[in-house]
Amino acid sequence: MKDATDLLADLAAGRVSVRSCVDSSLERIAFLNDELQAFANVHVDEARARADELDAELAAGATPPPLFGLPIAVKSNLCVRGRESNCGSRMLAGYRAPYTATAVQRLLDAGAVLVGTTHMDEFAMGSSGENSSFATTRNPWDHQRAPGGSSSGSAVAVAAEMVPLALGSDTGGSVRQPASFCGVTGFKPTYGAISRYGLVAFGSSLDQVGSIARSARDVEAALQVLCGADEHDSTSLRDFRYEVDAGQPFEGLRIGLPAQFFTDSVDRDVRASVEAAIDVFCERGAKVEIIELPFTELAVPTYYVLATAEASSNLARYDGVECGRRANGDGSLAGMFAATREAGFGPEVKRRILLGTYVLSSGYYDAWYGRALAVRDRLRADFARAFESCDLLLGPTYPTPAFPLGQLEADPVAVYQADVLTVPASLAGLPAASVPCGLVAREGVELPVGLQLIGPARGDARVLAAARSFQSVTAHHHASPTATHEGAR
Amino acid sequence: MSDDTELVRRMAALAHLDVTDQEAEQLGRQFADILASFETLTRAEVETAPESSATSGAPFRADTERPSLAREDALANAPETADGFFSVPKTIGGNH
Repeated sequence: MKDATDLLADLAAGRVSVRSCVDSSLERIAFLNDELQAFANVHVDEARARADELDAELAAGATPPPLFGLPIAVKSNLCVRGRESNCGSRMLAGYRAPYTATAVQRLLDAGAVLVGTTHMDEFAMGSSGENSSFATTRNPWDHQRAPGGSSSGSAVAVAAEMVPLALGSDTGGSVRQPASFCGVTGFKPTYGAISRYGLVAFGSSLDQVGSIARSARDVEAALQVLCGADEHDSTSLRDFRYEVDAGQPFEGLRIGLPAQFFTDSVDRDVRASVEAAIDVFCERGAKVEIIELPFTELAVPTYYVLATAEASSNLARYDGVECGRRANGDGSLAGMFAATREAGFGPEVKRRILLGTYVLSSGYYDAWYGRALAVRDRLRADFARAFESCDLLLGPTYPTPAFPLGQLEADPVAVYQADVLTVPASLAGLPAASVPCGLVAREGVELPVGLQLIGPARGDARVLAAARSFQSVTAHHHASPTATHEGAR
Repeated sequence: MSDDTELVRRMAALAHLDVTDQEAEQLGRQFADILASFETLTRAEVETAPESSATSGAPFRADTERPSLAREDALANAPETADGFFSVPKTIGGNH
């Protein structure tokens, strides 16, 4: 399948009609979705109608906008007016958003065609896709393995060639980790680069809208539309625009390898793939140094204290009054709140709400929440120091390739600890990408490995220029899951 | 009831969340494991940060009137409405 950039060139030139492009996307979804469960909702009629409108506009001589005719999918925690945005939760089953998220609206205004919304871990809490109330999404490389999460459906939709571009959200790695598991390119921007208006809140100081595509250049095409201030989000950066860095980034590039990203907890084969990718940079003139980010050793507890604290506050609004389902309980107001939340939330969400309540409660606040805020500041300082001598930091995205479905279900500690490589950039608000850098064999099936590239704040274009250059001299991002091509098993 | 289970019950009450006996027991065990694995954080030698550190720098918008959601849109997803308002159980003078 062509990547979005090539497809856009064909669409804008009229070599391919939007209708045929959208129909191809819909046919592929119809063929694969029962097995893979990438999409929660598919908007067949609306997508076709919009495609016909765009074809008519081009035929009438209109100048095609930058994403003219591109079929896209968005994660179910991004609001689209009148469509179900269920956040992967029973609590919001059937919820139809009264407005459209800024990020989604900007893609639509640029000519993209929304074909549907994707499954996800409930309220974006999880890294396997198994925490959805509605479906278990499967990894197209091996249907018995997890696709990663929480943007599970968006990553699978791109990996299985259902759409060339999908939006996800990344709070602690929820775009990068599924991109790594599914062999696609995922990007989390600098905090504030893309508006969060219309993104259902989980951890507001960490949440960012992320992009998933088949190549770094495709992500860049989306970012040129997505980035920029939004009056509806006070944390959106006032003066930030995405401008492609067209320079040659290999020669003289100073790469830092954080010692804490190459520990024994990283699978040997994953490490070998990542080291081979680093060699690609070195052979073309990049300079590498080992650096220290000492406070990353506290990144996992820090992240889980802050993210759950924010979640416990953000999710307090789901109480059966304004939206979502209601359970009556004992008939009192308090009883209705508690029964509604018991019935509406799944186990992982409950676990995190309780943990967040604990770290914010009297007697525990200073020891946990206050200390986590302080460590976050120290971690930011670690990164700032590293970027005095480095242009980019490289390492693995996740310690392992995709794990079997069900393997970590009963062990939340193991799930949390495995986020050790993605949460540091989230805590520091830094731009980070995951790009495919090789395949490793597990039980006779090849599985993708992700290389993580982290840049300084506002260094989004630097990160993606390096990713694009890497992809210009390697073919890992062209690898495709054969399981998908064999059809549903 | 173990201390961990009791802790979960107290947090659940604060969070307006019913938990069954089985859930409380399981969550209690998991809570203990999670907090033990996070213990290193409580020993970190750091100065406590000011509360604003997570959101510093965000500008305030001008305090001017602007359109909000139409009432019809705001109520469209509510489980119960009455006369253009959200409807909830009575809080004073009985349950209904």
